[in-house]
Order: sequence, then C-alpha cells, then structure tokens
Amino acid sequence: MELDSLYQEVILDHYKSPHHKGLSDQKDIQVHHKNPSCGDEVTLNLVMDGQVVKDVSWDGVGCSISMASVSVMSELIIGKSYVQALAIFDAFFELMQSKGQSSGDENLLEDGVAFAGVSKFPARIKCALLGWMAFKDASTQVME
Amino acid sequence: MSVDLSKYKKDFPIFARKVRGGNPLIYLDSGATSQKPESVISAEADFYRTINAAVHRGAHLLAEEASEAYESARANVAKFIGAKTDEVVFTKSATESLNMIAYSLGNLGSTPHISAGDEIVVSEMEHHANLIPWQQLAKRTGAKLTWFSITKDGRLDLSDISSVITKKTKIVAITHQSNVFGTIVPLSEITKAAHAVGALVVLDACQSAPHFSIDVKKLDVDFLAFSGHKTLGPTGVGVLWGKADVLEKLEPALFGGSMVDSVTMESATWANVPRKFEAGVPNMAQAVGLSAAIDYLNIVGMDKIFEHEQELTEQLLSGLSKISGVNVVGPLDMKDRGGVISFTVDGVHPHDVGQVLDQYGIAVRTGHHCAWPLMKKLNLVGTTRASFHLYNDSNDIYALLEAIEKVKSYFKVGK
Repeated sequence: MELDSLYQEVILDHYKSPHHKGLSDQKDIQVHHKNPSCGDEVTLNLVMDGQVVKDVSWDGVGCSISMASVSVMSELIIGKSYVQALAIFDAFFELMQSKGQSSGDENLLEDGVAFAGVSKFPARIKCALLGWMAFKDASTQVME
Repeated sequence: MSVDLSKYKKDFPIFARKVRGGNPLIYLDSGATSQKPESVISAEADFYRTINAAVHRGAHLLAEEASEAYESARANVAKFIGAKTDEVVFTKSATESLNMIAYSLGNLGSTPHISAGDEIVVSEMEHHANLIPWQQLAKRTGAKLTWFSITKDGRLDLSDISSVITKKTKIVAITHQSNVFGTIVPLSEITKAAHAVGALVVLDACQSAPHFSIDVKKLDVDFLAFSGHKTLGPTGVGVLWGKADVLEKLEPALFGGSMVDSVTMESATWANVPRKFEAGVPNMAQAVGLSAAIDYLNIVGMDKIFEHEQELTEQLLSGLSKISGVNVVGPLDMKDRGGVISFTVDGVHPHDVGQVLDQYGIAVRTGHHCAWPLMKKLNLVGTTRASFHLYNDSNDIYALLEAIEKVKSYFKVGK
C-alpha cells in the first residue's frame, strides 16, 4: 500500500516514543517554528559547544511525520560538528525535494532515510521539514 | 433515506475520476469547496466561448449580451436569497465581501461608521475571514472587539447576551453555521438584541447559503456574505448582500473604473448601489457560472438538499458514536446543526487521519479550519472534518466509518 511508503515503522516508533523531547534548562538559543496551514508547532533548544552540536531538545505538537522527524533529527545531529550537521540538513532537505526519486544517503541520514517516502506526498514535506528548519534557524543564529 | 438525490451525482464530472489507490472519489470536503455540476462548468466556459466582453462598457453586441448575462446572474442570486436585485454586490469571494464591509464601515464618509469607543461583536467560532477584518477595523479606528463565547458542545453562549451586545455595539458579525461544529446559530435572538441598540448585523453565510434556503428578510440581518465556490459555483465569485438603504450610505472600499458617477482630476462621485461597490471589470464568467449553480440548486430543491444532508449527518453522528476513541467536536444531537462534523481520533493526529482516509479515496479536511482561536480554546491541535453536499450518500458514510477503523488499526490505537 502506498501509505506504507509514507509511514515507515521507524517513523511510527519515533512518533510513539520521541527522542530528546522535553526542553532542557540549558540553551544557547530557543526558536519556535510553526506550520500555519496545519497548526504544527515545534520549540527547539540548541546548545553548541564551540563547533559541536552539544544538545538539542524540543517540544511540540503535530502529526506523526513532523514529530518523528524532529526526533530522528535530534538523534542524528547531537554530537556532530556544525559542518557535519549542516551536511546532514542539506542531505535531508534534498531528499524531501526528490519527489520519490531518491532513497537517501544512509551513511549521512541513518534513520532519516525512512522519510524518503514523504517526498511523494507534497502536502507532507513541510511536516517533515518543520524541526529541521527550526534547527537550521537556531544554529545559524548562534554560529553566524 | 427518505430523500433520494442519487440521480444527480452523475451531473458532477469529477466523480468519474479515480483517486489515490485507484479508488473512486468520496468527497467529504464540501465545507471547503463544493464540486461543480457540468451545467456550471459549461456556463462559465460558454461565457468565454460565445459572449465574452467587458460588461457595462462597449457599444457592441457582445458587450450587450455579456452585460445582460451578468445582470441576470445578479437577479438570480437576489431571488435565491430573497433580496432585491440592486442589493446584490458581486465580489471575488466571501472573504472579500467581509473585508469590503469592514473597510466601508471604517470610512469616515460612511453612515454609520466605526469610531473609537464603539464596540464590534464577533464570536469565538468565527472563521478567520469573519474575525480578522473586524480585528483590523477595531485596530484602525480604536473600537473595541468583543465576542460571544461558545459552550462545551459547540454552541454559541448567549447567556450573557446583554453584557456582550451593549449600547456601544455598532456591529455584530456572526457566522450563520459554524464551519467547525456545524452549529446553526440562534440568529433571531442576536438580531433582536443588536437592532435594539441600533447595531448592524453582518452574517457570514458561507456554510448556510449553499445548503439550505435563505431569505434575508426573514433573517432580518443587514449584510450577508457567501461564496460562489461553496455553492456549486466557480471560484472567483462571492456575494455581498446589504439592505439597500444601508448600502446607499456607505462609502466604497475599492475604487476604479465602472463604479463612478463623475470624475474630475481632483475628485469623484459614485455610481448607485450596487455598481459603486464593483470597481473594475468584474468576474463575469464566474458570476454567470454561479447563476447556473443556483439554477441547478433550485431544480434539486434547497429543502430537499437540507433534508438529505440532515439524514447523512444523523447517520454519521450515530456511526461515530459507536467507534471507541472517536470524539465528535460539536453538537452530538441534530438540534440546529448542519452537515459539518468535526471529530478527533485518540492517539492519531488529524493530519494522519486525513492521510489514511485519502488512501481509501476519502477526501476530508484536517487541521484548524481557519479557526485557530477556537482550536486553542478547545485545547485541540485540530480536527478531522467531514462535510456534505447533495452528491453524498449513505455509502460515503459507511466508507468513512470503515476507514476510521482502519486509521485506528494502522496507528495501533484503541480497539
């Protein structure tokens, strides 16, 4: 079923048991992003240690795709260098624009490749990108 | 079903197509926009094919015929809502209709006009289109925006009506039927209270005019707005109706060609109502398309459509009540409610509900339904909404109920 390409087990698992959810006390910056068309919202705290992403924590409300995506992203980028985290962001962003033609770079994206199917559902791409755009915004503000 | 409208579905070409999963289309999103019968599509296209010209200008046959078709459309719309022809203004949408009124009522040249200290009353269950224009008007003029609350079952709370509508109230802008709950508001109580203090009543009829018979005289409101595209008509045309004597004393909000009486380099005067509210070349083909939609609705019969939708609503409410973990947001009984049913599924976000339904060819609306303050009040991120029109039938209800069970098993929630 077409639906299974969208809702991979990984996504449903992260939706049910999200990682790094719950905002930490410590933060260099807090950003709040939302999708006005569907009402999904994410608040994200970022802690940088020099050039390294030391911690990401978040809270939010939204659909399985948006919540699982920010969970997977947090897992992926914590502990990575800022440069690596941006490369992962770019790879994920590109995957979302691929209209179902790419299965994603598993070396870079790990569990993130589970979102490959989302790119076939134009209305859901913004869901998958919500947390990622929040991280991009937060990290740009801290680093640049 | 005591009303059988099944023979009309074939008039809507869109139902010939297949949607996701190769499924036939089960369209339960008429609250967002309705589908169009062939007669409407043809009327709009035929305008371009045979009589296209700018109305009210030009000394040629096409201009005459186009003007005639456009003005006939106006007369048809007027008849549809029990109004006089000259009281009907064509706009591009109901949103534009409501914004225009809000602008005109903020113009110092209008009688009445809104000033600092005046109060504008809305309700917590307004669509953004009948909320934000009034927020903005209040902001521009220094007036105060106040509102009716809603009750737990999604009805208007009129228990404190005398403290909401006060001597300072100049405008009461209210929805006729909630686009989230389907609640039909007790209008006469509101119009009585409003008129007793000399306030004007603006009615958002977007969810009512397409589904049941409307008579502006009986409703006793001062303005009414509805959209063409929810009324089986084309996009790009909306209606603003106002009482003739009220419209006459208002300044227009849009200026340009066709709405003037005379113009000098320094100033201009306005044409009579309704022309002074229709600046520029109007959406002629769309107005003609809307007229065809009204002809179609009249053939089917608005009373039959209402009865049909009432039956479907009752069926769906009864079916939903039997599924555990499904909660209807809005009235659970049939008293004063139309064919709009919002619900939530425990443990599944509305967007995900909608996605699974789509896999079975079922089109619903999900999210906040352009009623964000209402969702916040209800502490909901959104709902899934099914809404009907004459082409829906019991099979659509069964398919929806069955697919909701599939949503639950897909996301492994409940029993």
